[in-house]
Amino acid sequence: MRIPEQVQRLAIVIGVIVGGALVVRFLVVPRSLVAKDLHEATTIQREMAKPVKFAGSATCQMCHGDAVERLRGGYHKSLSCEGCHGPAATHAENPMGGKPPAPRDRKFCPLCHLYDASRPTGFPQINPTAHNPLKPCIECHNAHNPVPLKVPQACEACHAQIERTKAVSSHALLRCTTCHTAPERHKTEPRSARPSIPQRREFCGTCHAKDAAEKSAPKVDMTTHGTPYLCWQCHYPHLPEGRG
Amino acid sequence: MNKRDFLKGLILFFPAGGLLDALAKEAGGAEKGAGADAAYDPAKHYYGMGIEIDKCIGCNRCVEACKTENNVPKEPFFFRTWVERYRVSRDGEATVESISVPGRGTREAPEDARETLRSFFVPKLCNQCAHPPCVQVCPVGATFSTADGVVLVDDKRCIGCRYCIQACPYSARYLNPHTKTADKCNFCYHRITKGLLPACVEVCPTQARVFGDLKSKASRLVRFRRMNKIHVLKPGLNTEPKVYYAQLDGEVR
Repeated sequence: MRIPEQVQRLAIVIGVIVGGALVVRFLVVPRSLVAKDLHEATTIQREMAKPVKFAGSATCQMCHGDAVERLRGGYHKSLSCEGCHGPAATHAENPMGGKPPAPRDRKFCPLCHLYDASRPTGFPQINPTAHNPLKPCIECHNAHNPVPLKVPQACEACHAQIERTKAVSSHALLRCTTCHTAPERHKTEPRSARPSIPQRREFCGTCHAKDAAEKSAPKVDMTTHGTPYLCWQCHYPHLPEGRG
Repeated sequence: MNKRDFLKGLILFFPAGGLLDALAKEAGGAEKGAGADAAYDPAKHYYGMGIEIDKCIGCNRCVEACKTENNVPKEPFFFRTWVERYRVSRDGEATVESISVPGRGTREAPEDARETLRSFFVPKLCNQCAHPPCVQVCPVGATFSTADGVVLVDDKRCIGCRYCIQACPYSARYLNPHTKTADKCNFCYHRITKGLLPACVEVCPTQARVFGDLKSKASRLVRFRRMNKIHVLKPGLNTEPKVYYAQLDGEVR
């Protein structure tokens, strides 16, 4: 069968239009306008070219090795130089172009060391209104190797959270040493010489047993009350809950 | 030259010019793409972050450093990373507040110790999901995952439609008011590709944040994941986050 000439011509026209569209899409439109991989590559390049502002402690160590060494030997060993001194990449590139600031007033250290109940137990915290008010921290403590000025005598210097909890509890009048004995070395090397903690039910029984001499303490029958558990598995000794 | 020849020439001339131009541009573009830092091979890395809740002291150094390093607007409601305080009371109710907003973080916790069961800080940031919802929803393909496991935003293509901000289950994105484009944490991509730590990890005083390469046999993050019980945020959404939390509380959302 012979295809009519008008259909042939129409086919040619359609072919030209389709071909033209394909040429425009794949040849005339530049690939940089549609190619995802090219966009991503240029974005990655642009991100990688952004300027670095924090040089990193390794860079600081190149010139300030002594200060970093002192830092690494003390309680502040995990701190980064630029955590306190601010971003210093420009200083690292051009050391003569100005020194990075050093915080010298009383506002900075409490950012970490202000007492906050949400902070992990054992983290050294102070109450700035009670702790040498208005005195700059660096007058007593070297920020590169901070140590307590004098060996703390009272337990609450480090165990503030326990002290505050105990102060509102029915054990408020008990001293820490009633239940714990701390070796003298604990004050200078807290983690290598630990204080004692009670091990047996009978320890609480010295006040709380039926026949105990202590009059004011609530009494329980040690043979039936809460056996076989240890007292502190239910009652937190720094905040015992018996009072309601 | 007669009229017929002129028209023929015209028909050939313009497309040919366009073609040559396109070819030249493409060659230039390809060259630019290949000229990227030859020393860095993204296929050899796969980055993640570990966060140890018990070490965070809520000092906001990470938030400050992030804002400085990445030019995040100083207004107290634009964050690439921020720290939340969770407080679980005796009746089991958990309250959350961002302590990175000034005026809230410095407040001494006023609550009665009897009413609080536990309270702690949780640093948050973009989780760099392996299956990121923000990438799925972007209508112009401006946000994408890189070979080294970071989700990036192309701020030249972003049209600022905020769809990704809505889609992110971790609220990790914000609209930068200056560029009018979406912005979020990218693990300080310009730092990690040079071998530096992200700014937040660099300044964290207690090393609550750990950054590392999951493809490396021995990196801090691999060891962190070996030594801790690990959880991620909203695992039920199947986004497969690459920010791993140790000692994460069940109340954290």
